[in-house]
Amino acid sequence: MKLLKLVPDDTNIKFLRWATPFYIFSCLIIAASWFLVWQNGLNYGVDFAGGQEIRATFVGEAQAPISELRQNVSQLETVSDPVIQRFGEDNQVSIRVKLPPEAEGNPEFANQMTEQITEVMRENHPDVRIDGVDSVSGKVSGEFRNDAVLALIAAMVAVALYIWVRFEWQFGVGALFALFHDVSLALGMFALFQLEFSLQIIAAILAIIGYSLNDTIVVYDRIRENLKKYRKMPLPELLDLSVNETLARTVMTSLTLALALIPLLIFGPESLFGLTAAIFLGLVVGTYSSVYMAAPMLIWMGVNSDSFIPQESVADKQERIAREANRI
Amino acid sequence: MLEFPLWRKLLLWGVTLFFALAALPTIFGQGHIRWPDALPNPTVNLGLDLAGGSHILLEADPSQVAATRLENMEESVRNAMRNADPRINIGDVSTRGGRLSFMVQDVSDVDRAREELLPIINGTGTVREWDLEVVDQTRFVLTQTAQGADQAVSSAMESATEVVRKRIDLLGTREPTIIRQGDDRIVVQVPGLEDPEALKELLGQTAQLEFKLVDYEALPTEVQAGIAPPGSEIFPFAEGSEQPGGQIAVRRLGGISGENLIGADLGFDPETNEAVVNIEFDGEGGRRFAKLSSENIGRQFAIILDDQVISAPVFESAIIGGSARISGGQNGFSTEEASNLAIQLESGSLPVDLAIVEERTVGPDLGADSIRKGMLAILIGSVAVIALMIASYGRFGVYATAALVFNVAMILGIMAIMNSTLTLPGLAGFVLTIGAAVDANVLINERIREERKRGRRVIAAVETGYKEASRAIYDANITNFIAGALLLGFGSGPVRGFAIVLIVGLATSVFTAVFLTRMWVAGWLRKARPTDIVL
Repeated sequence: MKLLKLVPDDTNIKFLRWATPFYIFSCLIIAASWFLVWQNGLNYGVDFAGGQEIRATFVGEAQAPISELRQNVSQLETVSDPVIQRFGEDNQVSIRVKLPPEAEGNPEFANQMTEQITEVMRENHPDVRIDGVDSVSGKVSGEFRNDAVLALIAAMVAVALYIWVRFEWQFGVGALFALFHDVSLALGMFALFQLEFSLQIIAAILAIIGYSLNDTIVVYDRIRENLKKYRKMPLPELLDLSVNETLARTVMTSLTLALALIPLLIFGPESLFGLTAAIFLGLVVGTYSSVYMAAPMLIWMGVNSDSFIPQESVADKQERIAREANRI
Repeated sequence: MLEFPLWRKLLLWGVTLFFALAALPTIFGQGHIRWPDALPNPTVNLGLDLAGGSHILLEADPSQVAATRLENMEESVRNAMRNADPRINIGDVSTRGGRLSFMVQDVSDVDRAREELLPIINGTGTVREWDLEVVDQTRFVLTQTAQGADQAVSSAMESATEVVRKRIDLLGTREPTIIRQGDDRIVVQVPGLEDPEALKELLGQTAQLEFKLVDYEALPTEVQAGIAPPGSEIFPFAEGSEQPGGQIAVRRLGGISGENLIGADLGFDPETNEAVVNIEFDGEGGRRFAKLSSENIGRQFAIILDDQVISAPVFESAIIGGSARISGGQNGFSTEEASNLAIQLESGSLPVDLAIVEERTVGPDLGADSIRKGMLAILIGSVAVIALMIASYGRFGVYATAALVFNVAMILGIMAIMNSTLTLPGLAGFVLTIGAAVDANVLINERIREERKRGRRVIAAVETGYKEASRAIYDANITNFIAGALLLGFGSGPVRGFAIVLIVGLATSVFTAVFLTRMWVAGWLRKARPTDIVL
């Protein structure tokens, strides 16, 4: 039986030759991402902006009356700038309204908007079925925002600390930079395409952090091993060797994850699309960053073959010198 | 490598089967298979986003509790001064700035007033609830202490939670969850709810019922302008009452409050067949109601609910026996309205207004649809992953696949035992776990390939493969665990469901992908003694 081999034996791709140009490229992308976040802002969903989202099905109708809805809903006093879109089937819609500034001081504002919009829909279409309602007040959404930022920062710092403890500080810094790269790119992508940014996306980004680290750690583990094994090998060459040795695994794992995610993107429930798409993005970006961000960082941080040789303590050294002296 | 003592095999299989079997009730669902009653029957709960239902977060305004407390204090102080013997005259009472201040009119009464006040301000509990200060010799200033205020909010929330629970129970929904959250919030989760609007209506109302006599001396023009004569107060008519938009002046004192109410239920007027609310008073309330009605036959009184007049009928006759009937005024109650009012009155009044600050409702159809689509995606994904694993690693791929199957079953089983909840993002967590769980086997198998290429013999290669790959597997899973734990800590609702699947999946995937496959591989190697392996 012949087995499938996606990566031929003895690959020897000079990954690190391109390290500097890729680094420049990546730093530019990171800068561009933050610029986009700053310039366009993130398209906060109901979770983070406050407001309400209703998803409804117009049972028995071929098409949802979107333009009619737009007109009726806009006329409501409490509602400004509703986003009304088809969601799923032709007769399904999602109606999203963010909290206006005057909602401050009225914690029930989002809830009241929801009630009014539902009423308007029922008036002309008694058979409308409300599939889902999310309404979040300003205070609660503010708490969600704080918690999300805290969770992201805490996750990045905590895992970087873990890597520092398990490897060396240079590895921790490298991993942290790779994570920063991945998270920045994900945020930039959401800012660029103005995709809805919700609690689920925070979950996706934390999953990206976990996955990207997975890759980084596998490469780092091999680098550590090779550092002990080939003490004389120049570092760039050693990094290339390590990446090549783990390449088959990297390709295989990325592929299996992609195989699991793609059906979810195509056949999965509509409301999971954002989450899945973000994880998918992380899969691509995370693999790249492990090879091109996390590994080359080690060269610049001055990792060498002595990094993993236990340092002789001062006391030990004195004892050894004394012993050697006695022998003479 | 080949040495696998019997106890170790039994332990591995025992743990695996224990958790995998726990998943059976969930997989087959109750009713589809006969599950013996004697056995425990753990199942994974479906989150509201999959089962359909409502999640509502209610929040109280602590400043309102403080304001009510201040009002009650004013009442207590007035009573204490009035009942003092001889009576202590006070004046210039003010509750501005969150403090109660008043002047004792006669300087010689100051010491006596202080003595009367001491038992009131010390409260019943262990903490002092009010600070008392005397300024300018005759002015008393009472300030709520921070501990007193906290205690008041805390006890108000406690009884509010009880009232909410009672109301939802009276609504007759199945298995609601009502939990106090933080200092001033209550989470209400009701699965499979048909009408979330009715639920919200019930939760929002305080349901403070009062019966008060209409003040006939008030001038209609002044009442419309909102000016109440001394001893009276003005209330607006509720929507749907006989004078929506109008106002009415009622006597402040001499009425009956809902505190004396012991029961309320839906009824129908035998003549008009209109929905009404039958209420029943306790002994004292009944006596007072009889007295009030018999002394005021032919006069109008107002039924006031949450500071709005729902009806202002006339006492036709003395109402004795402690029960009365509330009809909906001009337009009458609809059956729902009457039933809602009955539930609210029956459950008592909320000690504090609750605002709905977050609502998430999912219709049962959408939930079922999500499950179907999610399961389809998981199925297709699993088949693709399994095909790739077997095509790439042959026999070792089969072991990895078996490990994956046990992995999924164990996740479900552990979640069932922990009685945790599967949410929509949790389904995505499953997919991520399926994709990532094989990573450990990929690492191991690739390593074995490498070791074979370097010329190691079969058994040595397998042994080194497992040993060398384990380090990276542990490190990678621990960092993932850190990310998952933070997600669990900071996340809310459905997102926590994602984190739970992720965390449980990490543990089970290490267990199945490293320990189980190792046992199988060892068993095969020992039996077949291959000199070469296809990998």
